[in-house]
Amino acid sequence: MARRILPGLPLTLGITLVYVAIIVVLPLGALIFKAASLGPEDYWRIVSSERAVASYRITILCALAATLFNLVFGLALAWVIVRYRFPGRRFVDALVDLPFALPTAVAGIALTTLFASNGWFGAPLAAIGIKVAYTPLGIIIAMAFTSLPFIVRTVQPVLEELDPALEEAGQTLGASDMEIFLRVILPQLAPALLAGLSLSFARSLGEFGAIIFIAGNQPFETEITALLAFIRLEEYDYPASAAIASVMLIAAFTMLAVTNLLQARALRYTVKG
Amino acid sequence: MKIRLDTVVKTFDTFRAVHGVSLDIESGELVALLGPSGSGKTTILRMVAGLEFPDGGAIYFGDENATDIEVRHRGVGFVFQHYALFPHMTVGENIAFGMKVSKTRRSAAEISSRVEHLLRLVQLEGLQDRFPAQISGGQRQRVALARALAVDPKVLLLDEPFGALDANVRRDLRRWLRKIHDELGITTLFVTHDQAEALDLADRVVILDKGKIVQTGTPEEVCRAPASAFVMNFLGDANRLKVTVSGEKAQIQNVTFDAPDIADGPAELFFRPADVTWREDGHGIQATIARVIDRPDSRRVLALTVDGQPIEFDAAPEFPFRADAHGFVEIRRPRVYPA
Repeated sequence: MARRILPGLPLTLGITLVYVAIIVVLPLGALIFKAASLGPEDYWRIVSSERAVASYRITILCALAATLFNLVFGLALAWVIVRYRFPGRRFVDALVDLPFALPTAVAGIALTTLFASNGWFGAPLAAIGIKVAYTPLGIIIAMAFTSLPFIVRTVQPVLEELDPALEEAGQTLGASDMEIFLRVILPQLAPALLAGLSLSFARSLGEFGAIIFIAGNQPFETEITALLAFIRLEEYDYPASAAIASVMLIAAFTMLAVTNLLQARALRYTVKG
Repeated sequence: MKIRLDTVVKTFDTFRAVHGVSLDIESGELVALLGPSGSGKTTILRMVAGLEFPDGGAIYFGDENATDIEVRHRGVGFVFQHYALFPHMTVGENIAFGMKVSKTRRSAAEISSRVEHLLRLVQLEGLQDRFPAQISGGQRQRVALARALAVDPKVLLLDEPFGALDANVRRDLRRWLRKIHDELGITTLFVTHDQAEALDLADRVVILDKGKIVQTGTPEEVCRAPASAFVMNFLGDANRLKVTVSGEKAQIQNVTFDAPDIADGPAELFFRPADVTWREDGHGIQATIARVIDRPDSRRVLALTVDGQPIEFDAAPEFPFRADAHGFVEIRRPRVYPA
């Protein structure tokens, strides 16, 4: 093994492993342990109950919609921040992190107030027949709000590092702006974009605080999975709560695995051979 | 395609990058823009390409005023300093890019046969499925050239084409580029700060300093008759001695040189280290040897004139070194420029 410049591998590795064990593995292990205390039949009955399945559908569809919205809007935002110099650019840049810093419940209450049928945005939208608060649309907005920074912050550094000569090369070869964006820029952003998308989607799946205020939480219509798990908890039905949570956990792991594969594929050109 | 630059001016913010440059490039000519950094050579190249637009003057391609034509419609092939290959595309895809986005539709078979033809031309057969990260710098350079040639450019422009390569690869590649140019006969303009590269490769060398052309000519013309002290210095090692001119004669110690058209007063005498003969006795400029530097094919001798001005000259490897040896420096091909 090559000699390392910084000492302390055993110490730092030890701390890291202990930390990961206590903070990440232990709670997840407890969750699985609790869910496993149910028999397979009980487990299946709980996770495949109509109400639970409806909540998965709502959560996943809304998270997909929010992520797609962020894909377009987050990319545009990152593009503007990196490519243009305008007064207030640094302010906009700082504002992007606000959803991270703001307690999600505060965001949820603010969004509900704005989008309620008598709110600033809700009233005009209601006038043209669009209802946001207490509908899936409200869930999508809350999810989009809390997960926006993931896309912007993963794409931004890659965009900053792109060599402007690549775009010039595209121009000298006769490509239109759209062709340069689609064939030269986007493929290079793809790995970062994928990472941002998966983080954004995962965050949307797990979001709780911002959503429960705006969603209305009607079972079968606007009840998200995280809330259902919370309701079971309130009822002291810990195994049922853990069972529902375990489904979310499996979904999260599956998605991370898939995005890792996609990312490896998107980055295959960087491998030296 | 003939290119003509007519008093082209370019200013960046407050910095004048190019001051009224006029230049004619004949069809099929290979021309080097040679100058130190900040001389405006890259800016001129980028204006010819259409990557920058001049603030004044005009650029003609043949008889057509191309000044305001966008880069993508200008029909130039551009090789970037660091190649700017698309990293996510294979070598073959990089070369095919210009044909794929072209308005003139080509069939897939046509594109792939042309890619193969270009790969043969740049001697990279068999590498078309590699990614740029998987090939060497010299190979990337050739891919960049093939990509630029794929769109049948009217003009080929190269920005410091060999700047990022090892000395050996560099020499091979420039001979090879000359060969390709002679085969294709395409008007070519390239930028370099390396005088050896410009002299080795170009039909004509345009020497720039501070955004102005200081001399244009064949390698022979600029080497044999440098137009100014700057050109003399820039093209290679040069000795410089302070002299006094009176009546078109420059004098140092008791030696005189012809100084046609130089006004009376202080001036500078220039000569190349190879144009010196060292004599133990006789006449010439009196000097003392201080040090020698050994080179594979010669010995570079560092000497001081009696009034303390340094002189360097090349001698045979057998030249005997004795510190503080006195002697006389005889100069061939001296050039006198106003101080």
